[in-house]
Amino acid sequence: MSGVLVVMEQRSGAWNRMSFEALAAGQQLAAKLGAECSAAVVGSDPGALATELSSKKLKKAFAVQHALLGIYTSDGYVAALEQLIKEENPDFVLLPHTYQVRDYAPALATRFQQVLISDVIGIRTEDDRADSPIFVRQLLQGKLNADYRHIPPGPCFVSIQAGTFRADAVEDGTAATETFSPRLSPDQIRNKPGEPFRESSHTVDLTAAPVIVSVGRGIGEEGNLPIVEELAKALGAELAASRPICDNGWLPMERQVGSSGQTVSPKLYVAIGISGAIQHLVGMKGSKAVLAINKDENAPIFEIADYGVAGDLFEIVPELTKAIQTAKS
Amino acid sequence: MKIVVAIKQVPERDAPIHIAADGRWIEEGDLNYTINEPDAYALEEALQLKEKQGDAEVVVVSAGPERVQSTLREALAKGADRAIHIECDDLSTRDTLGVAQVLAETIKAESPDLILTGLQSDDLGLGQTGVVLAELLGIPHATIILQVEFSGAGLKVKRELEDGWFQHVEMPLPALLTIQSGGNKLRYATLMGIKKAKTKELKTVLAAEASAAATISMERVYLPEKQKKTEMLTGSPQEIAAKIVEKLKFEVRVI
Ligand SMILES: Cc1cc2nc3c(=O)[nH]c(=O)nc-3n(C[C@H](O)[C@H](O)[C@H](O)COP(=O)(O)OP(=O)(O)OC[C@H]3O[C@@H](n4cnc5c(N)ncnc54)[C@H](O)[C@@H]3O)c2cc1C
Ligand SMILES: Nc1ncnc2c1ncn2[C@@H]1O[C@H](COP(=O)(O)O)[C@@H](O)[C@H]1O
Repeated sequence: MSGVLVVMEQRSGAWNRMSFEALAAGQQLAAKLGAECSAAVVGSDPGALATELSSKKLKKAFAVQHALLGIYTSDGYVAALEQLIKEENPDFVLLPHTYQVRDYAPALATRFQQVLISDVIGIRTEDDRADSPIFVRQLLQGKLNADYRHIPPGPCFVSIQAGTFRADAVEDGTAATETFSPRLSPDQIRNKPGEPFRESSHTVDLTAAPVIVSVGRGIGEEGNLPIVEELAKALGAELAASRPICDNGWLPMERQVGSSGQTVSPKLYVAIGISGAIQHLVGMKGSKAVLAINKDENAPIFEIADYGVAGDLFEIVPELTKAIQTAKS
Repeated sequence: MKIVVAIKQVPERDAPIHIAADGRWIEEGDLNYTINEPDAYALEEALQLKEKQGDAEVVVVSAGPERVQSTLREALAKGADRAIHIECDDLSTRDTLGVAQVLAETIKAESPDLILTGLQSDDLGLGQTGVVLAELLGIPHATIILQVEFSGAGLKVKRELEDGWFQHVEMPLPALLTIQSGGNKLRYATLMGIKKAKTKELKTVLAAEASAAATISMERVYLPEKQKKTEMLTGSPQEIAAKIVEKLKFEVRVI
């Protein structure tokens, strides 16, 4: 087939929305390559979802179907997609950078002696080398960008970070749907996954808070937490944190914001000593206003902050608390 | 029971970032190195499993230049039994498959029951080496793991999913797990541990030449361009505080 194949993600018949961002990436890459884009959805009965894709501008929408693909396993997905890719021979395979993709895509690429270019935040093509796009990834937790190129022959595997492409940029059109039935046997699948579950229900609901004061590793040690607690109190805000603070047990897990914590969109989010790693940003970038206090003026958090202070939180935060108390009294 | 933990040495978080002359990495002269954070949790999980299991051996493995030995020594001081340093000065020219091959060769010879890696490295952030290693060794894997239990002849693990969801997965041994941070509390090395570490084995083996050419290449690194115009507030702490209060009153309207 050559061209681009996008592997969409679903669970129990519901799309993972990031799939459509990857689909937009796939359509745009195909357009630049002067090639066609197809998409695939994997499951025990993905026909209805494939039919939904038939209204998108695609060459084909594949329903990769087998009873053993009802519940996700890396073994099942790798074996099924390996067969589809061998048969269709795409030059590029694009996937959303979800936890599921992280779990199987590196192994899938290895089956082809290839390396997944993971967590890509941009795709560029240069006019003189249109067939060899540049894939941009972040290094050092967002402090540095890097350009990657694939060295043919392919296929080239790429996973796309959340928020890089807009799902609403997916072009409509028509696509032929096709069922692909991989050969799978139960003994190929070594893992037995259980049902997804949540820990005891959240007692703190950060999603409803109009103001959130969030603290990161810049706070240094647990004994310094009262500095931010007092600011939160002065502002009438909920206290939240980045992952390392909860990992250390300084604040309970339920106060964690990010891809594995809560997703919040308050009127004001104050990020104190938080660097702005992507897994944190996805949980708070919907905030109406962001104030960041960080001693590193190049910290990625400033990329999404409306107001920034490049300075020492231990000097700034106590003054700020005082000023707010005065303003409110 | 033998548990291998793959440990990567990475630049410390507050490392100064100066792009190297060839534009492909940062100046290494300015850097201090430390254990990759999720790998510290992988080591902790291994040590706790050993304590529960009794007769287990924990072997730590790291590929890289000579400096990685300091990180291996620290792991020994925390309680690992043995360390293997895979000497490899051209690690940065090998892609993920190349690095995983180097690790696979050494680890295969150990025939461990369980292999633990971190879920992702702090410097390259690939999040792949563990999964590729499992595929090369032909063993099952599970990623983003917070808890590990031996159950019957295999394992039962707790896997993190997005948005606060989790899942248990059962799998046979031998297996590979990529460990997420936060599943356990990290221990510190004790003075006693540091003393004992000096007597423990730290073996160096030479990495084989890369068997295949890389399939992807990193062309250059650069500082991200600023896209958003953040309004930076400057002055003395008092002045900054006063400016913020103005903003919160009249623009954000939360005071
Ligand atoms: C699969 C996966 C899921 C994850 N899920 C989440 C998640 O849900 N939520 C989350 O937050 N992270 C998550 N992470 C971790 C994430 O990648 C980052 O490691 C984490 O967000 C970093 O937290 P931090 O910004 O507090 O720490 P660091 O990155 O260490 O940043 C500390 C910051 O404090 C600043 N600082 C230090 N001292 C001072 C001072 N005196 N004054 C002012 N500033 C100072 C530093 O300049 C630095 O920018 C996840 C990672 C993975 C791989
Ligand atoms: N050079 C190395 N030596 C030992 N382990 C490594 C090395 N590189 C990566 N790893 C392991 O693979 C994990 C994932 O790394 P990465 O794929 O770079 O994100 C790390 O957390 C380590 O456990």
